[in-house]
Amino acid sequence: MPLLAIVALAAITYGFRIIGPLCRDRVTLPPAATLLFADAAAVLLIALAATSALMNGHDFAGWARPAGVLVAGLLAVRRAPFPVVVLFAACVTALLRLAGVA
Amino acid sequence: MLVCLADGLVGLSFGATAVAGGLPWWVPVAMSLLVFAGGSQIAAVGVVLSGGSPFAAVAAGAVLNTRLFPYGLAVADVVGPAKGSGAADHDAGADAGAGAGPAIRRWLIRLLGAQVITDESVAFALRQTDPARRRAAFWTCGLALFGAWNVAVLLGVLAGSMVRNTNAFGLDATFPAVLIALALPALAELRTRVSAGTGAVIAVALTPVLPAGLPVLAALAGLATGWRPRRRPTATPAADPRRAVPSIDSLTGER
Repeated sequence: MPLLAIVALAAITYGFRIIGPLCRDRVTLPPAATLLFADAAAVLLIALAATSALMNGHDFAGWARPAGVLVAGLLAVRRAPFPVVVLFAACVTALLRLAGVA
Repeated sequence: MLVCLADGLVGLSFGATAVAGGLPWWVPVAMSLLVFAGGSQIAAVGVVLSGGSPFAAVAAGAVLNTRLFPYGLAVADVVGPAKGSGAADHDAGADAGAGAGPAIRRWLIRLLGAQVITDESVAFALRQTDPARRRAAFWTCGLALFGAWNVAVLLGVLAGSMVRNTNAFGLDATFPAVLIALALPALAELRTRVSAGTGAVIAVALTPVLPAGLPVLAALAGLATGWRPRRRPTATPAADPRRAVPSIDSLTGER
């Protein structure tokens, strides 16, 4: 991850942040665009969650990691507190590995 | 604040995973200071750690952060310093004169305020109806999170560089878990769930064959399924803005 990439992402991110406060009177966003932004973010997050849970590089990551993520996901759906979700993901995966599950 | 604690845990896992994956220590630290948007930082580092190009990493992070644009519009009135009389003000001196000094100061505050626009600070601000309390909620939450996030990432970097085998602790499972928890509030509607599910299948299916980073971007094709017109076959997706727009609160959600 070169410094240039970090600076580029930072600049783009700051750009999105500052437009609103600068142009609040001149810019109105169509509701459909707001909806599309939110959907795009959700799609990316879930796709990244799925690939990083299941895959290691180009290959299957083994069962321990997706099992931990699955438990964490169910807890999140049941509205468990955020720290609990993260801790369960790590603990379930670690215990499965301890038990010999890859 | 519970939110700071929760985000601190995310920052800890972000810092630790980044250095455990082989990135130099300053990468997560610089990202947290400059980008300061957890989801996109995790996404960008995730793409790079799986072997993707920096370009794909920046693209994924940038798409995630488009949501900050509507956020900025929603909290535009509290990002800058208070104007007029009576409002509780972090910066009482700024309104005193009309000279160049206070004007510059107002600008600096606005530029600084924009950097702490996050899911959490916007959600907290929008829960308040009184303008002064909105401003206080936004700034308190924004600044506290900035501090907590950066300290946590630093601690995570230290922990990650000390522990040899982070996989034994299941640290690699925290990344996807955090991403799911972040996405969950946005998945209230069936349309979004169908899009996200389709996108996830596309991404996983393409991971063995495409260069790393691209499958996640290809998942955006999943948006097409959700935007298919329902019930009204005559309406085109682009010309169908009459759907109920979720409030920004439901987008950000409360943990």
